[in-house]
Amino acid sequence: MLVLACVAFPAFAVEPSEMLKDPALEMRARTLSRELRCVVCQNQSIDDSAAEVAHDMRIAVRERLTAGDSDKAVMGYMVARYGDYVLLEPPFKPRTLVLWLGAPLVLVVAGLLLFFAARRRPVVPAAPPPLSDTEKERLQSLLKR
Amino acid sequence: MNNRVLYLLPLLTLAVMAGFFGWSLLSGRDPASIGSVMVNRQAPRLAAPALREGEPALTSDLLKTGKPVLVNFFASWCTPCLAEHPLMMRLRQREGVTIVGIAWKNKPEEARAWLKKLGDPFTYAGTDYDGMLSLDWGLSGVPETYLIDAAGIVRLHYHAPITEKDLNDTILPLLRAGK
Repeated sequence: MLVLACVAFPAFAVEPSEMLKDPALEMRARTLSRELRCVVCQNQSIDDSAAEVAHDMRIAVRERLTAGDSDKAVMGYMVARYGDYVLLEPPFKPRTLVLWLGAPLVLVVAGLLLFFAARRRPVVPAAPPPLSDTEKERLQSLLKR
Repeated sequence: MNNRVLYLLPLLTLAVMAGFFGWSLLSGRDPASIGSVMVNRQAPRLAAPALREGEPALTSDLLKTGKPVLVNFFASWCTPCLAEHPLMMRLRQREGVTIVGIAWKNKPEEARAWLKKLGDPFTYAGTDYDGMLSLDWGLSGVPETYLIDAAGIVRLHYHAPITEKDLNDTILPLLRAGK
C-alpha cells in the first residue's frame, strides 16, 4: 500500500467525458492522438496535453472516427489544417530528406574517412633505429650501476 | 590528410557556426513560427452564431463578396488581443476594411462587454465557444488573423497579434491591391 502510494501516477490529459463509448474506436482515437502534436506545446502529443486546442483536437479526432473515417483520413484531416507540423513523426519527402538521411550520412562519411585514414597509416609503428655504439655503452654503464 | 589543413578545421567550424548564428540573428527568421498551410487555399467554411444579439448567423457568403475580408479570432481574456485591438479599430474606421471577428472560447456576454468597453471593430461578429469552427481554420490560439482576398482565397495567416509593421508593410498593400 505504501509502495503504491509512493508511485507517481501520470496525470491523464484525456478527460473521461471525452472518451467514446465504443472501446475499439476509443483505442484508435488514443493511438492517433499519441501521433498528433499539440500545436501550442512544441513537443507534446494531444494525448498528453491539457491545452485547450489539444482538447479540441482530441474531440475532432473522435468525431471523425465516429463519422466512419479511416485512421489515414483522420491524420489527413489534421495535416490539411495544421500542416506536417502536427505529425510527431515527420513524413519522408523531399523537404525532409536532410532530416531523415542527414545523420546516417554523416555516420557513413565519418566511417569511410576513418577507414581510409586507418588504412593509410601502418598499424604497427616502424621499429626504432638500433642503438648507436655510444648509446650501448651508456646503457651498459647505467645497468651496471 | 595534410596536418596543416587539419589545424584550420576548428577555425572553419567556428566560421560556419558564426555564419549560421549571424544569419539567424539578422534574417528575421522566427524559429518558433510553424508557418501555415492555409495560405493560398480556399478559405475554410464559416458557420457561426452571431455574437451580437439580433444579428443573423455568420456564413461563408460573407467571404465571397468580391472584396477582401479580414477574419480575426479573439477573446476577451486574451491580452495580445488587447494589444492589436487599436489596429483593428484603425483598419475598420480609417481604412473601411470588412472585418469578421470570431470570439474563441469566450462566453458571448464577456466578449460583448469587452467590445462595448474598447470599441467594436467588427463588421460581422460571431462566436465559437467550443472551438470546433476554429479547428477547421487551423487555429492554434488567439489572436489569429486571416486575410481572404476577393476570390475567397486565404492570402495571409498571422499566428500572433498583428503589428503596425504588418499592417503597413503587408496587410494594407494586399487589401488595396484587392479592391
